[in-house]
Amino acid sequence: MHRVVITGIGAWSCLGKNVDEVKDALFAGKSGIGFDQERKDMGYRSALTGILTRPELKGLLDRRQRISLGQPAEFAYMATAEALRMAKMEIDWLEKQEVGIIYGNDSVAQSTMEAIDITRAKKDTTLIGSGATFQSMNSTVTMNLSTIYKLKGINFTLSAACASGSHSIGMGYLLIRTGLQHQVICGGAQEVNSNTFGSFDGLAAFSIRENEPTKASRPFDRDRDGLVPSGGAATVILESLESAQKRGATILAEIVGYGFSSNGEHISNSSVDGQIRSLSMALKDSGLQTKEIHYINAHATSTPGGDRVEAQAIHTLFGEDQTPVSSTKSMTGHECWMSGASEIVYSVQMMQNDFIAPNINFENPDEESQKLNIITETKETSLNCILSNSFGFGGTNSTLIIKKFH
Amino acid sequence: MTHEEIIKTVNGFLVEEFEVDESKITSEGNLRETLELDSLDYVDLVVVIESNFGFKVKGEDFLAIHTFKDFYNYCDIKVKEKAVA
Repeated sequence: MHRVVITGIGAWSCLGKNVDEVKDALFAGKSGIGFDQERKDMGYRSALTGILTRPELKGLLDRRQRISLGQPAEFAYMATAEALRMAKMEIDWLEKQEVGIIYGNDSVAQSTMEAIDITRAKKDTTLIGSGATFQSMNSTVTMNLSTIYKLKGINFTLSAACASGSHSIGMGYLLIRTGLQHQVICGGAQEVNSNTFGSFDGLAAFSIRENEPTKASRPFDRDRDGLVPSGGAATVILESLESAQKRGATILAEIVGYGFSSNGEHISNSSVDGQIRSLSMALKDSGLQTKEIHYINAHATSTPGGDRVEAQAIHTLFGEDQTPVSSTKSMTGHECWMSGASEIVYSVQMMQNDFIAPNINFENPDEESQKLNIITETKETSLNCILSNSFGFGGTNSTLIIKKFH
Repeated sequence: MTHEEIIKTVNGFLVEEFEVDESKITSEGNLRETLELDSLDYVDLVVVIESNFGFKVKGEDFLAIHTFKDFYNYCDIKVKEKAVA
């Protein structure tokens, strides 16, 4: 079995356009949430969202490369370019290896809608243009990035709702650990636009604290009233320890545990049992005791039901240790398909810079969250091991554990 | 629309949409080779022609278009046909 390390990270998120900007925002406890009038005009119940800018790709990619990118792929390109630069992996080197890519993504609603709108208006499918097919498939990220970077290894998109990004890292970890791959580009991407979240908004799952956007996402807080949708992309370069050392790469952290489970219950409700099984499996895989986990980056999205269930699951396993917990979604909103990957990027940054990012807006606990050690102010401390949770619709659960490389 | 206006419009969208260096566009130059067109690019050519001139190119029409001059003349004829219709 091979040890699996992280040698590059990249992010394009509402907290920043690169990992340094993101790190500063995490340390400062800065929210990336705002109000989108377009959603209100469309009839959304909540116009709150993570605020992102569209990357300017002209000059970075040629026309053919650009027009095939759906919005999540645009975000993913920026995050991946940054991560590859950090890992010191150039295209000339990549095309001579068998580097893989597994990226989490579960929708490209905007590109799909635009293609349908053109067809309806023009009554002619040719006039949709050549890029739409490659933009509107869920695999838009992996099909485009594998082409741009001339990748020769494993190549697929992983769709597992809000656990997509986390599972993508878990799959990359397993492939490298077993020796089937030596380097895998992993990550998660989430589009951010008014076409994407309408049906989710219709479930009354979003916060309607529109008069205070930066206070709307408040995981574990007694007065939370729903999540705030957000997105972007985050990339994590996974590599076998042998490969990283041979290349002389800087090792940022090691992946030491991956756990997963399926609830087999309700399509949208969380399950304490399912989450405990995922957490326990990751702990067992890592060989670590609960007391060795220095921080838990919770999935907690700020929904009343979901946070309560996760608080119960964490308390069951970590209650005695009073392990520090925070949800960075208090600042980012819920980055959905991206979140499992972005929260590993955020966790690596906390580990490298010796701090725990705060769970902002946690003002009053509820019956379950009062049992947890929730960090509400930035805490400067050394972190050796971090556990990150991701849970998705359909009862898909994923837990990753990273460790400082020694 | 005059023939000169057709040429200006075509060159304009080729530079803008296909990012070709305008200095490489010559009347006798080969359209496909200059623009490095593949099968996907022809779809986009149909789209820009429709949005600029308002007519739809049939795929087989491209078979008779080799040079930029052929392309200008083809567009000119189609625009005039459309005006008469």
